[in-house]
Amino acid sequence: MRRLYKESVLLLLAIPILLWTLLPIYHIFLFSISSKDSAFSGALWPDKPTLRNFGTIVREEHFYLHHFWVQIWNSLWIAVAVGALTLATATCAAFAISRLKVRGGRTVMNLALFTYFIPAAFLAIPMYKAMGAYGLLNSRWSLVLAMVTLAAPYAIWVLKQASDKLPYELDEAARIDGATPLQLFRLVYLPLMTPSLVAIGTYALLLAWNEYLYAYLLLSHERTITLAVALGHFISADDSPWELLMATGLVYALPPAAIYYAFRRYMVGGLTAGAVKA
Amino acid sequence: MFLAFVLYPVSYGLWLARDPASYARLFADPIFFRTVVNTVVFLLIAVNLKFLLALWLSGFFVHERLWIRWLSVIFIIPWAVPSIPTIFSIRFMFNPEWGVINSVIFRLTAHDGPNWLNDPRIGLGLAMLTHIWKSLPFWTLILIAGRLAIPREQYEAASVDGASAWQKFRFVTWPSLRTLYLTSTILSMIWTLGDFNSVYLLTGGGPADLTHVLATLGIRYIRLDQVDLAMATIVCAMPLVLPLMWFMMKNLSRGDRQ
Repeated sequence: MRRLYKESVLLLLAIPILLWTLLPIYHIFLFSISSKDSAFSGALWPDKPTLRNFGTIVREEHFYLHHFWVQIWNSLWIAVAVGALTLATATCAAFAISRLKVRGGRTVMNLALFTYFIPAAFLAIPMYKAMGAYGLLNSRWSLVLAMVTLAAPYAIWVLKQASDKLPYELDEAARIDGATPLQLFRLVYLPLMTPSLVAIGTYALLLAWNEYLYAYLLLSHERTITLAVALGHFISADDSPWELLMATGLVYALPPAAIYYAFRRYMVGGLTAGAVKA
Repeated sequence: MFLAFVLYPVSYGLWLARDPASYARLFADPIFFRTVVNTVVFLLIAVNLKFLLALWLSGFFVHERLWIRWLSVIFIIPWAVPSIPTIFSIRFMFNPEWGVINSVIFRLTAHDGPNWLNDPRIGLGLAMLTHIWKSLPFWTLILIAGRLAIPREQYEAASVDGASAWQKFRFVTWPSLRTLYLTSTILSMIWTLGDFNSVYLLTGGGPADLTHVLATLGIRYIRLDQVDLAMATIVCAMPLVLPLMWFMMKNLSRGDRQ
């Protein structure tokens, strides 16, 4: 009896949790399969569900969507570049600090952490001015470099924590066999670190794909902006085509969600380990 | 790398912010004071509410049932999807004329619902709810990991001694979770200070610029081409940020040495 009571309490709790989580998501889905009239009527299910919105997007048939394919390509290009660059920088830094014990490694680590704790929206303003000074505004590289700067500190920190856990005896054994630091890095370190590397690469990639503020500040030409910024442009007018906005939003949100769920095992393990230790 | 993209921008920014006249103009802007109040309210209420919820939900999700595991997979969605579409979605749900919320209210009560985002107080409240909606799953996940690290024997021992659920929480869970809970809260406060999206994409700082927080106010000045005011805003946020950052740095490098 007591057990039954507990189970029903758990089930009753599940309902508000589910509603709270899914309502905004369902609302996106609802709009993307509605015509404009139906979307604006406040109905909970459209009279005639339609896929026409997606057709409009694919054929770029609306003022806000004229550069849809270029913009989604920009998003993809930037996300992949940020993922790769962050991974390269952070792996080398973590290897140097944790395995080679380079002098000054601790200082670099603390500086990286310091950067990590500057709220991103505050760093955006000096970053915007600096990119202007470098003459990089409106170039994809400005966003790539800015996002790598944002992602790298956390990446270095997590990778350093992970590599500290690898047994140091492995390095010594390889050294006795005459391995150079480079061989040590390639043949011992990288294979052992693969799960953390996957997690960090995915983290940086998603961070860049999802970023709005930096993209909005650094890119402004309609052929250089990412899809995120393009979505923001939708509501600059009063009579926004919300059904198209939501359909585009769905297209934009699906790839990162899919990647997240595909690598969920790595993400949760790799990324929360550091936090729990703290 | 660090030099070119962190040190240079920060020092350049500070150099831009050296002029006392820009602070005078900033303080003269009536929006500024309102923004500071909004930011503090946002930090104290949204973060603490979020963590109480996360603490409570982590207790729910540690129950070992297959359906709870599925629910936790769904529960993560807000964190896994980008914020722009979801925040816009919430924004339209609360549209007073065409939004689904007011349409349901009208159907049930035959009265018009509130003006939601056009009311500065409700607007800020909804921005806080959006922020909580977005980041609650992540912190719940962290606290679940913290709870799972507590040895089960401690709970069994407590049961043998006849402890109530509250006593188990008070004397077993909380002592082990306290450090994690506090560091997470501080870290979340730092990130919340930099949360631009929840406010900007939901209310745009409006109506009449009454729902800005410091993060969106700085960007607003940039759009108005008043970079010195934007930098002054950030410098004014430092008294809020620096103690939090100092606390985190101290905490983490201590954990590093152990």
